Amino acid sequence: MSGPPIGSARASGAAGPDAPAASRQRRAIAFALLLAGAAVLIASAFLLSPFRLFQLTLAAGYAVAILGLNLVTGYNGQISLGHGAFYAAGAYTTAILMTHFDWPFWATLPVAGLASGALGYAVGFPALRLGGFYLALTTFSLAVAVPQILKHRAIEDWTGGVQGLFIAKPDPPAFLPIEADQWLYLTTLAISAALFLAAWNLVRGRIGRAMRAIRDHPVAAEAMGMDLAAVKTRTFAAGAALTGLAGALGAVAVEFVAPDSFTVMLSITLFVGMVVGGAASIGGAVVGGLFIVFVPNLAESISKAAPGAIYGVLLILLLFVLPGGAAGIGRLAVARLWRRDGGR
Amino acid sequence: MPNRRSLIAAAAGVAAAPLSPWRRAEARSTTPGVTATEIRIGNTNAYSGPASAYAVISRCHAAFFRMVNEQGGIGGRQIVFLSYDDGYSPPRAVEQVRRLVEQDGVAFLFNTLGTPSNSAIVRYVNQRRVPHLFVASGADKWGDYRQTPWTIGWQPSYRTEAQVYAKHMLDRNPDARLALLYQNDDFGKDYIAGVRDVLGDRFDRVVRAASHEVTDATVDSQVISLQASGADALLTATTPKFAAQAIRKVHDIGWRPLHFLTSVSVSVASVMQPAGPEKGIGIITAAYNKDPTDPAWDNDPGMNEWRAFMRRHMPGADTTDINYVYAYGVALTLMQVLRQCGTDFSRQNIMRQATGLRDLEIPTLLPGIRINTAPDNYHPIRQMQLQRWDGTTWRRFGEVIEGTRV
Amino acid sequence: MEGFAHQLVAGIATGGIYASVALALVMIYQATHHVNFAQGEMATFSTYLAWAAVQGGAPWWAALLGTVFASFAVGVAIERVLLRPMRSAPVLAVVCAFIGLMLIFNSITGAIFGYAVRPFPSPFETSAPLLGGLVSGHALGSTAVTLAVLALVWAFFRHTGLGLAMRAAAYNPVSARLVGIRVGWMLALGWGLAAAIGAVAGVMVAPVVFLEPNMMLGVLLYAFAGALLGGIDNPAGAVAGGFLVGVVENLAGAYLVGAELKLTLALAIIVGVLLLRPSGLFGRAVESRV
Repeated sequence: MSGPPIGSARASGAAGPDAPAASRQRRAIAFALLLAGAAVLIASAFLLSPFRLFQLTLAAGYAVAILGLNLVTGYNGQISLGHGAFYAAGAYTTAILMTHFDWPFWATLPVAGLASGALGYAVGFPALRLGGFYLALTTFSLAVAVPQILKHRAIEDWTGGVQGLFIAKPDPPAFLPIEADQWLYLTTLAISAALFLAAWNLVRGRIGRAMRAIRDHPVAAEAMGMDLAAVKTRTFAAGAALTGLAGALGAVAVEFVAPDSFTVMLSITLFVGMVVGGAASIGGAVVGGLFIVFVPNLAESISKAAPGAIYGVLLILLLFVLPGGAAGIGRLAVARLWRRDGGR
Repeated sequence: MPNRRSLIAAAAGVAAAPLSPWRRAEARSTTPGVTATEIRIGNTNAYSGPASAYAVISRCHAAFFRMVNEQGGIGGRQIVFLSYDDGYSPPRAVEQVRRLVEQDGVAFLFNTLGTPSNSAIVRYVNQRRVPHLFVASGADKWGDYRQTPWTIGWQPSYRTEAQVYAKHMLDRNPDARLALLYQNDDFGKDYIAGVRDVLGDRFDRVVRAASHEVTDATVDSQVISLQASGADALLTATTPKFAAQAIRKVHDIGWRPLHFLTSVSVSVASVMQPAGPEKGIGIITAAYNKDPTDPAWDNDPGMNEWRAFMRRHMPGADTTDINYVYAYGVALTLMQVLRQCGTDFSRQNIMRQATGLRDLEIPTLLPGIRINTAPDNYHPIRQMQLQRWDGTTWRRFGEVIEGTRV
Repeated sequence: MEGFAHQLVAGIATGGIYASVALALVMIYQATHHVNFAQGEMATFSTYLAWAAVQGGAPWWAALLGTVFASFAVGVAIERVLLRPMRSAPVLAVVCAFIGLMLIFNSITGAIFGYAVRPFPSPFETSAPLLGGLVSGHALGSTAVTLAVLALVWAFFRHTGLGLAMRAAAYNPVSARLVGIRVGWMLALGWGLAAAIGAVAGVMVAPVVFLEPNMMLGVLLYAFAGALLGGIDNPAGAVAGGFLVGVVENLAGAYLVGAELKLTLALAIIVGVLLLRPSGLFGRAVESRV
């Protein structure tokens, strides 16, 4: 997991002029770290138990979902408590295409992204007129309504109603001597890496600056000639598409979708993951994904009497220590290291 | 009930039972989770989240197995009961069950809670051939021995129960019109399926249904709509809080239908008392467990056995909670299965014994109800008895009714 | 037609429940400019305290009074212990802390009091239902209590120096401090009052929906909707919004889309209204300065 945080540190670090040599050196270090991280992650596929791989696959999926939320909330300042809806849209798109039309998993991914992106675009429009808590609570109500919509009679034939749909995880190609769990882990890893790269590119470029400018100072951004509506709705669409893709990855890992998988708790969990990882941080999303998979288990191992309370206490303690999430401390550490490397 | 010595002999390969070679090999080779000294049993429950009310079932199991271990265990082995929280969320259920099966290496799963969670894991456990015993859900699908031969239910299915009500209604009044209040999930929808089984083509003419979500504040509006439909019978298929609301509202608006109530919500303390005991007079339900708050069982030997267990092993627990009675009954059923296994705790044999229960009597079940399973019968409890609320207690009437096979 | 009247009245009764919780949400918003996600679970916890007092033999009104004071103390304590250290934290972290608080209260309530559904006595119980079962004594009584609390809140914010100071502290902490308002204590006071109002709401809700740890799960969402609909900075608006949501939800479920989609439709209507009036029906438009 060492790749992305560095990227984010560079992306969000001050754009001070660097000496070309130091810059080249840093880029080399970053690249080497990235390679090492990738090697570790790929090697895990052959070192860890299938169960641990399954957990990491889940975490990778959640990380992408949090990334999508982060674009909207962290970078663009539109608080969404309803990203579970987009996650569900992606998951169901994949499940329906796989069960009713026998599509292979990989082919459903673009459709899942498009479908949830379109939904996000549609939600983005009303979001334009609502700010702050009004938007938060409107998206929250979307999340609450999702299960009810998913099991509605009119679409029951497609969604499987309350029973949900079973899907099978893809088999590895015949020439590879690996298990389905390993194959799915590697596939998910590759897809997540690609999506993280795409998001990183997006936020460090012109569009990313526009997104942040609108978050920090909408009036000034508009005065500078930015099209607020276009940036906001497209950010919503992009964020929703990412979260939808994550839903597709999660659905195939769990091999099952049902309305009960996408209750309002999912949206809340994604939100918690984003804040814990760090708002407006690409690498933070990875931490967030790991947090929401592993910390509930930690809470449970502490007390079975009230695991919810333990989870809540852990969460609040963490926020006390790191109000800016893991990314806050990560940025600080990386900045210190750079300074030492740069010889300043 | 086959006696214990003959089973032990059979497992040792002495008896003339037709043992296929692979099975004998299996019996000798190590079954995951079974050693010379212990048996590992896996379980999931909702320790957190909206269904936490059911967590007491697994707490009760843990206490029960502690008691078994104190008494020397089973087949010379101690029981290691591993129970994890799935928060009533299907993805987490999959994660926890994979942890149990792959990481902890349990021999089998026992009484995993909830229809959504079990739906999510049923395919996995059947692919892996892990016995998935006595699922804590009344969905009808756990009896599907052809599709999912490693999964078996325990309690009467909701669908069977609905059939019983629909038939009783038609017996009383062949032209009755039925209002159906159901929770909009698979629990509630099983009741629609059961009523449809009985009514067939007439369903659309005879039945007016209204659903509610678990997030609704009240079901008053639904009750009013159903009354306005002019129905003269009502089936309430919803969880305790909403059942209590429905009983009260039906009474307060002056509606006096022939009222059937799901067996899930018959607790005297959690439903009938909150609703107002006089408001539920005449309500009919079907039961299979003895209700701990029903004075009829105050001196019942079976319930005294349960009370003694609760006093010794779960001190301080709320003994008005019928979930403890349920848990005790399921755990006793499992003990019978394990006893029948003799010394052969292979997964095949566990499944064979779980589907080979004959007229097993459980002290917490209503008199006359026996547990029977067979390779083509994965519904351990098929019997229920109708009972009517008289303002203070449930009065059983009629025979123990056997549900039809769907 | 009789059915319609029933639906309407039932909607108003349910709306009263939403309104009472919405009022607590407005209170905390007025005082701190935050929306507290844990409000519902805190109210449930308070209601259990009242229940325990009544079980212990306390007279009903004494139990209510005691619970209101205890809840006030808990609210103040939460602000002092939990939110004070987070006052410079980003708003997202604060929202997240509310979520944590919600989980803690929900879990602890269940662990302490169990999950059994319990009846909660009402002081307004009548022997026979009024108007042929159209309304219950409790519905009338609790509506009166909600309106009384509303009047108190309104008077407090309009006509007392403390109320004015509280609004100032929430609206512009820096200027408020400059004119000598102790902003920190104003926030704590706001939390205490919101928790106290939540306790009243819980005690009014419990006899209707029955007491159990997830009692407020559904109510809170509708209360949010009501507060938004009416305007979260306007106590009277929020109460009106709560009643409106109850009525709209019932009528939509009964006559428009059926119960299967009544939640969805109710929310769609609210979002529709918000699109036309982004700060709620009775809220003040927020102007931003450059």
